[in-house]
Amino acid sequence: MEKFTVHTGRAVPLRRSNVDTDQIIPAVYLKRVTRTGFEDALFQTWRANEPDFVLNQERFRGATVLVAGPDFGTGSSREHAVWALKDYGFKVVISPRFADIFRGNSLKAGLLTVMLAEKIVQRLLDDIEADPGTEVTIDLTERQVRWPGEVHGFELDDYTRWRLLEGLDDIGLTLRDTGSIDRFEDGRKSWLPRLATR
Amino acid sequence: MGRTLAEKLWEGHLVRSAAGEPDLLYIDMHLIHEVTSPQAFEGLRLAGRGVRRPDLTLATEDHNVPTTDIFAPIADPVSRIQVETLRSNCAEFGITLYPMGDAEQGIVHVIGPQLGITQPGMTIVCGDSHTSTHGAFGALAFGIGTSQVEHVMATQTLPMDRPKTMAVTVNGELAPGVTPKDVILAVIAKTGTGGGQGYMVEYRGEAFEAMSMEGRMTVCNMSIEWGARAGMIAPDQTTFDYLKGRPHAPVGAEWDAAVEYWTTLRTDSDATFDAEVVLDAAEVSPFVTWGTNPGQGAPLSSRVPDPSEFAVESDRVAAEKALAYMGLQAGTPLRDITVDTVFVGSCTNGRIEDLRATAAVLKGHKVAAGVRMLVVPGSMRVKAQAESEGLDAIFIEAGAEWRQAGCSMCLGMNPDQLASGERSASTSNRNFEGRQGKGGRTHLVSPLVAAATAITGHLASPAEL
Ligand code: SF4
Repeated sequence: MEKFTVHTGRAVPLRRSNVDTDQIIPAVYLKRVTRTGFEDALFQTWRANEPDFVLNQERFRGATVLVAGPDFGTGSSREHAVWALKDYGFKVVISPRFADIFRGNSLKAGLLTVMLAEKIVQRLLDDIEADPGTEVTIDLTERQVRWPGEVHGFELDDYTRWRLLEGLDDIGLTLRDTGSIDRFEDGRKSWLPRLATR
Repeated sequence: MGRTLAEKLWEGHLVRSAAGEPDLLYIDMHLIHEVTSPQAFEGLRLAGRGVRRPDLTLATEDHNVPTTDIFAPIADPVSRIQVETLRSNCAEFGITLYPMGDAEQGIVHVIGPQLGITQPGMTIVCGDSHTSTHGAFGALAFGIGTSQVEHVMATQTLPMDRPKTMAVTVNGELAPGVTPKDVILAVIAKTGTGGGQGYMVEYRGEAFEAMSMEGRMTVCNMSIEWGARAGMIAPDQTTFDYLKGRPHAPVGAEWDAAVEYWTTLRTDSDATFDAEVVLDAAEVSPFVTWGTNPGQGAPLSSRVPDPSEFAVESDRVAAEKALAYMGLQAGTPLRDITVDTVFVGSCTNGRIEDLRATAAVLKGHKVAAGVRMLVVPGSMRVKAQAESEGLDAIFIEAGAEWRQAGCSMCLGMNPDQLASGERSASTSNRNFEGRQGKGGRTHLVSPLVAAATAITGHLASPAEL
C-alpha cells in the first residue's frame, strides 16, 4: 500500500446522497477474477445513461478527489467498490457521512475517506463547480482539508492515521511482527494436519 | 473462573493481543475454492508476497462445477475462467488442489472432515459462509471475505475482534424420524435469522451428544443462517471414533496425545456464556420452511402462517413479502404444497448418512410423476461409498438423477437451477429469493422429508407413506 501523507488534486462534485455500492460498481462486475482494472466499472450505470454525469464532463477529467453527498457507500459490503474508486484514480473521498463497512474497507485499502460537516461539503461542491481547476489539499499529517480561502480539520483515529502514513495495509502490519508468528508456530502440536506442497 | 470451549479455542490461537487492536489469531487450516480466491492471489502477486504456509492450505473446485459431464470443458465462460484461475494459482503457489474428477474432490466442507483434516482444537477458515460446519469437531471455524483470504494466505493469521459466547442447549431425546436438520431449523425459527449475531455458539445437551458426526455437521453448518460467527460442539468419543484411521488423523503415540488434549476441549462447569437459548428435544418434529429466509420455518404438520398474526411489524412485512414470492396462501396446510423439484445434496446434507437415509425411504418407491429429483453427493468419496453400497441403483431405480460431486443446486451457479416459478424441496441451507435460480421457490427440508416429498409430490414425511 502506498504511503499517504499529503495529497493535492482537483475534485469532482457528486451531488448525490445515499450512493450505494451497487451504484459504485454494479453486481455484474463481481464475477471477474482480477483485482485491478475496475475503472471501467465505476458508476457504470450513470456513466452509460447520463451524458451529463460528472465523470462524463471534460472539465473534471483527471480529478483525484471525489466529493459526495451524505451516506456514501451504503448497501452490500463488496470490497470491489473501493477497488473501482482507486483504479479510476481517486485518492480521497469526502462526504458528510459514510456507511461503516464501506469506510472500514476503504481505510484498510488505502483510500482515504474524509468526513466534513455537511455545510462545509456544500461550500466545497459550490467552489469546485464554479472553478473545476480548484486544487484541494488533504493533509493527513495535520488532519486538514484545504482549498483557496478554506481550512478545515477532520477526525481520524490515531491508529488508522498511523497505518495510512506508514502505508501499512493489514497484511503489512501483521508482517512487521513475523517473530510472533514464528514463535507461535514453534509451539504448535506436532500432529496437526499438513498437506503436501508442490 | 472457568472458560467456555470457544474461549479455550480462541485463547489457544492468540499470536498477539493488545489493547485497542484486534486480536491476531493463528489459522491451522485454510480451505479455498474457485470463487473467493482469485482476487486474493492477485493481491499477493501485486504486492510481491507469497503464501506463508501452502502446507496448511487446501483447495478444491466445488461452487460452480458441473455435475454431469465433468471431463468436457465447462460451458459457462465465467465458471471456466474461475476454475482455470484456481488451477494456475495453486500450481504457482504450491498448493494442493483436488480438481474435478479427482477422487478427493468435493464440497470444501465435506472433504475436510472426511480426510481427517478437520480436527478438534483447530482454527479453520474459508471464503465461504458455511465454514462453521467444521465446528462439529470442536474446532473454531468461520467464513471470511476476500481480503481476509489474502491476509491468511500471506501470514497464516487473521486480525479479529473477539465475539461473545452463546450456548444453545437441547436436552432430551429426539423422536424417531426427527433429524438434526429439523433441530437446527427449529432453533433458527425460534431465534430469528439475526439471533446469533456477534456470537460464537456452542450447541450442548443430550440431543447433540446423541448425534453422529455427520448430524453435528448439519447443525453447525447452519450457524450462519441465524447470524452466528461460528458454531461448535465439544469433541467426545463419537468425534474420536469418526476421526480414527482417516488419512490425516494422527497415529500411534501422537493419536494418544491428541485424544488426551482433545478431551480437555470442553466448557468448564463453572464457565458462563454471554447468552443462552434452551429448547426441549421433545418439542421438535419434522420442520420445513415456508418463506424466503431460513428462520421462516414451521413444523410440517402445521400451516402456512398468517402474516397478520406476527406481533412485530418487520416480521409481518417480511412474511407478506415471502408469501407473495413463494406463491403461498396463509392457512394452507404445509403438506398440501406440491413441488416440481427435489434436491438432495450440499454441505448441509450431502454426506453418506444423508444419502443412506434418502435411499432407505425411496427404496421400492418411484419419484412422483412430474417431479424431478436430483441427488448430488457432497464429494467423490461420498459418491464412491454410495455406489459401493448400491445406493445409486436405488436412486436411479426410483427415477432420480444421480450426479457428480459439487455444490450444484444449493446455489445454482452451475447449470443445476430452478426455472422461474418452479418449487423445490431442498436439503440445502438457504431459501433466499433466487438462490436456486431466478424466480425459483425453495423449501428447506431434511433428507427424510425430501425423499418422502419426491414420492408423494407434496411436502411429506416418511411416516405418511
Ligand atoms: S453446498 Fe452450498 S452452502 Fe455449501 S459450500 Fe457449496 S454453495 Fe456454499
